[in-house]
Amino acid sequence: MSARPGFPLPVPSEDSAPFWEYLRQGELRVQRCLVCTAFAHPPRLMCPNCGSFDREWVPVSGRGTVYSYVVTRQAIHPSFEGHTPYATVVVELAEGPLLTSNLVDVPVDEVRVGLPVMVALVTAGDEVTLPLFRRM
Amino acid sequence: MESLRNRVAIAGIGETEYSRASGRSETRLALEAILHALDDAGLRREDVDGLMRWSVDTSSEAEIASNLGVRDLAWFGEVNQAGNVGAALVAHAAAAIATGLAHCIVIYRGVNGRSGRRYGRGEVTGRRGQGAAAFTEPFGLLTPQHQLAMVARSRMHEFGTTSRQFGWVAVSEREHANRNPRAMFYDTPLTIDDHQSSRFVVDPFHLYDCCLETDGGGALVLVSAERARGLRKPPALIRAAAQAGHGERGFVDTAAVSLAPRLWAQAEVAPDEIDVAQIYDHFAPYVIFALEDYGFVARGEGGPFVEAGGIRWDGGVLPVNTSGGHLSEAYLQGMNQLIESVRQVRGESTSQVEDVQLSFCDTGIGTGAVILERDR
Ligand SMILES: [Zn+2]
Repeated sequence: MSARPGFPLPVPSEDSAPFWEYLRQGELRVQRCLVCTAFAHPPRLMCPNCGSFDREWVPVSGRGTVYSYVVTRQAIHPSFEGHTPYATVVVELAEGPLLTSNLVDVPVDEVRVGLPVMVALVTAGDEVTLPLFRRM
Repeated sequence: MESLRNRVAIAGIGETEYSRASGRSETRLALEAILHALDDAGLRREDVDGLMRWSVDTSSEAEIASNLGVRDLAWFGEVNQAGNVGAALVAHAAAAIATGLAHCIVIYRGVNGRSGRRYGRGEVTGRRGQGAAAFTEPFGLLTPQHQLAMVARSRMHEFGTTSRQFGWVAVSEREHANRNPRAMFYDTPLTIDDHQSSRFVVDPFHLYDCCLETDGGGALVLVSAERARGLRKPPALIRAAAQAGHGERGFVDTAAVSLAPRLWAQAEVAPDEIDVAQIYDHFAPYVIFALEDYGFVARGEGGPFVEAGGIRWDGGVLPVNTSGGHLSEAYLQGMNQLIESVRQVRGESTSQVEDVQLSFCDTGIGTGAVILERDR
């Protein structure tokens, strides 16, 4: 999964910039509330659980399981031509949050709900590191 | 507080032909549909004092008003989400009329959804990796279809719904389209084997799970129930209209989980009192999910329900998408289904259900719904 056909790269925002910066430094961290300890992903400015602005970025194990997945088989946009099929997965991290991602080493026909996976950081361009996953 | 119940009506409906290439502008399509709707109601251009539209569309209220010759535009606005705001617009317009803020509101759209900007490619909804899309688009989750397929897989896993059951939605709706000369798939039969052997687009969605792409226009004219009773066609009374936006919900939950209790309470009816339903079938599986999340059937029972013919006009317990829906009539994102739900109340559908009192229309799997009632 080195080629990223026409997929936009993430544009960090005020509330999400630390997520991407930690990845660039080689670490997967997820936003958590300092007051009620609820995880929030995608990150927010305010805790949707308790209303606090006090957020922290906690390292997570990177372990998880495939919670759901789709396989794009038809090039529904011209920029996908020659790059299908590809699978997109939602991984449920051991700590609870759900992350949308791709698998680096699993053929699309072998992707299954429940597949155990581990994070694999992959650079995409000079500035961006993406949290992809590999089979455990 | 006084309820909205049956104080406002849809008095006029209008549409253009549905095609793959309209050959004219989106504003032109909207204007043609508006004229048809006003004529249907027996109203004139100068009666219009309100205009409402889908935020994703290109024809502004000002542009429509200046073409239509509206002298005093007392009420205008849009609901900002995606294609799924039709019922929300009806709710906003009905509230404005019930409170006297405007008297004759036209909800309109004109879209070149096939020859122009195509929803299916993410050309309307794509966010180029910004905002929350930073966490989905870089991984190839680029269109509404991708997001919806992800949830569909999860529901298949959790509730045992099958692709073949999705197929029965498509087949049932195609039967309805084959009775409707306006439908893009008129005179084009579809079998369950056609569905199952069609290619995957975004697996688990087969080609025939996916809606059409359509050029066309549609319009609704809303006035008070009292005024509607004196117009050309029998009024379709708005028994209830409600919307649901973003909320903290479970991964497999559609917005109908939030909307259903409010909608049924507002309408003071139960799901089993509904005679006919239009449901936002951007993708066939979502008809099943909506039937479940609105409470027409229990979770896990929607698949068997459609498989047993439950949504067919011919003998079904609850005929659904009687014009052919977005899968087989046209994809005007809820507009053509709102129009069909009015037809069912009037007795004008090509797949008319007998003695319709209550006609249900979902325009976004819980993002909004309208319940129309025949005047007694
Ligand atoms: Zn909190």
